[in-house]
Amino acid sequence: MTDLAIAANGLRKSYGDKTVLDGVDLAVPEGTIFSLLGPNGAGKTTAVKILSTLVTADAGDLRVGGHDLAVDPQAVRASIGVTGQFSAVDGLITGEENMWLTADLHHLSRAEGRRVAAELLERFDLAQAAKKPASTYSGGMKRRLDIAMTLVGAPRIIFLDEPTTGLDPRSRHTMWQIIRELVTDGVTVFLTTQYLEEADELADRIAVLNGGRIAAEGTAEELKRIVPGGHVRLRFTDPAAYRDAATALPASTGDDAALALQIPSDGSQRALRTVLDRLDAAGVEADELTVHTPDLDDVFFALTGGAAVPAQTDPLKETVR
Amino acid sequence: MSNLSLAVRDSSTMLRRNLLHARRYPSLTLNLLLTPVMLLLLFVFVFGDAMSAGIGGGDRSDYVAYLVPGLLLMTIGSTTIGTAVSVSNDMTEGIIARFRTMAIHRGSVLVGHVVGSVVQSVMSVVLVGAVGVAIGFRSSDATALEWLAAFGLLLLFTLALTWIAVGMGLISPNAEAASNNAMPLIFLPLISSAFVPIDAMPGWFQPVAEYQPFTPAIETLRGLLLGTGIGHNGWLAVGWCLALTVLGYLWATSKFNSDPK
Repeated sequence: MTDLAIAANGLRKSYGDKTVLDGVDLAVPEGTIFSLLGPNGAGKTTAVKILSTLVTADAGDLRVGGHDLAVDPQAVRASIGVTGQFSAVDGLITGEENMWLTADLHHLSRAEGRRVAAELLERFDLAQAAKKPASTYSGGMKRRLDIAMTLVGAPRIIFLDEPTTGLDPRSRHTMWQIIRELVTDGVTVFLTTQYLEEADELADRIAVLNGGRIAAEGTAEELKRIVPGGHVRLRFTDPAAYRDAATALPASTGDDAALALQIPSDGSQRALRTVLDRLDAAGVEADELTVHTPDLDDVFFALTGGAAVPAQTDPLKETVR
Repeated sequence: MSNLSLAVRDSSTMLRRNLLHARRYPSLTLNLLLTPVMLLLLFVFVFGDAMSAGIGGGDRSDYVAYLVPGLLLMTIGSTTIGTAVSVSNDMTEGIIARFRTMAIHRGSVLVGHVVGSVVQSVMSVVLVGAVGVAIGFRSSDATALEWLAAFGLLLLFTLALTWIAVGMGLISPNAEAASNNAMPLIFLPLISSAFVPIDAMPGWFQPVAEYQPFTPAIETLRGLLLGTGIGHNGWLAVGWCLALTVLGYLWATSKFNSDPK
């Protein structure tokens, strides 16, 4: 068994009488990307703030990088890097000066600090803007500078709190690429996000946080298996064809108004062929066929309850049920 | 690295950061410097004749001598408003959260602010002092030791007000609130012996004016530079400075060390 980079048992935190984290258990093996997924206000940021020593927990046995948070927070700080939700850069000074400042605080020698700063600015495509005040940077540039500053001390564990919130699609993909590269060096990444796609894309393991508790935890595949909902959807324009198809496919459920049929299916080629063969046998042709496989959206909505509205409408990801 | 050398190294890094801010954005400090300079010129050249009658005769140059020590201390009060504002601004920045999650000396963030602010205050005092000399302020017969004591007092007073201002900055949610909360630092000199002698004030008010932090410091500075009587004001001034420094330090560090909201 590999060592755990982050381990939490019974993590609790409340502000006044509002319980934010109500007994959270987490286990993140070294060198993996772990994603904490949850709706706004689920407690993701609070969890990051506690694990990164910014605020103290009310209860719980917490270890980060092998150090007990309650006993030796300074040792924890020495092994982590944090990029919070709100950019942790000094807007009044230039990008380069931000990097030098961070290098000084990591007690690198002047030459070493300059070298690391130049290297990271280059790597994050900020060399051009290095001499401009950070306050003039775009959102994506600020995030990149933020991560670059986080990497100055070569931390073994990196916390990223919603690193792509507010970024345009291109910057988001750049950020994903950056995060993937981090783990190739054996770094552990603890990532929070409200984008299911992001967790699916990046994380080795995902925990869904809802109402201060872990609602489910596992790989993306494991989580998808929790919810049923894979189906094939057929739509017709001719009511007669719709009725014939319904007769030919007894397992289907119909939507008479939309002239649409839903057949439970795992979306495999064989299952599809069965459906098509039966339609052929009955001599009907569907006007539209869509395959719906359960994705993290389904998991998310199933676990976090509530009448959540799908974040995006994608014909391949219908949430009609 | 030992604890002390860590503290010194991180604090000097933070100081460099704060001085860089001050150098890039000097407008705040310069604006705050304007108040004491304007007051100095106003009271000397506009109200000078009336005011010199108020201090018991003499001419305008006597009033310049009376006024300058008070305005030097007012300059410190004014500059430290800038400290409260910049601390409050800084705390709303994400960079402070980064500092808190780094293995650095905890107090270095505040020490950087304090030392940076003291440096700015000293420069401001020198500037206002130069204006004072330009319009005719001369020390009567201060010895080298008295000059040294005067500088020491100004420095001690700056340190005291700065720590208080840092505390005010930490409890203020934004720059506007910080500026309001720090108002007493520029308001108190107006009700001290800076502009008119205490005994020219209404009787019921005299004890307030006499024992608030500014008056003993002003009287001590006058005594050192102009040879007027210091009396118990010397001890009062030093006492106030030490008490405010300790109080401000404890207040500010406990605020900074508590969990951020």
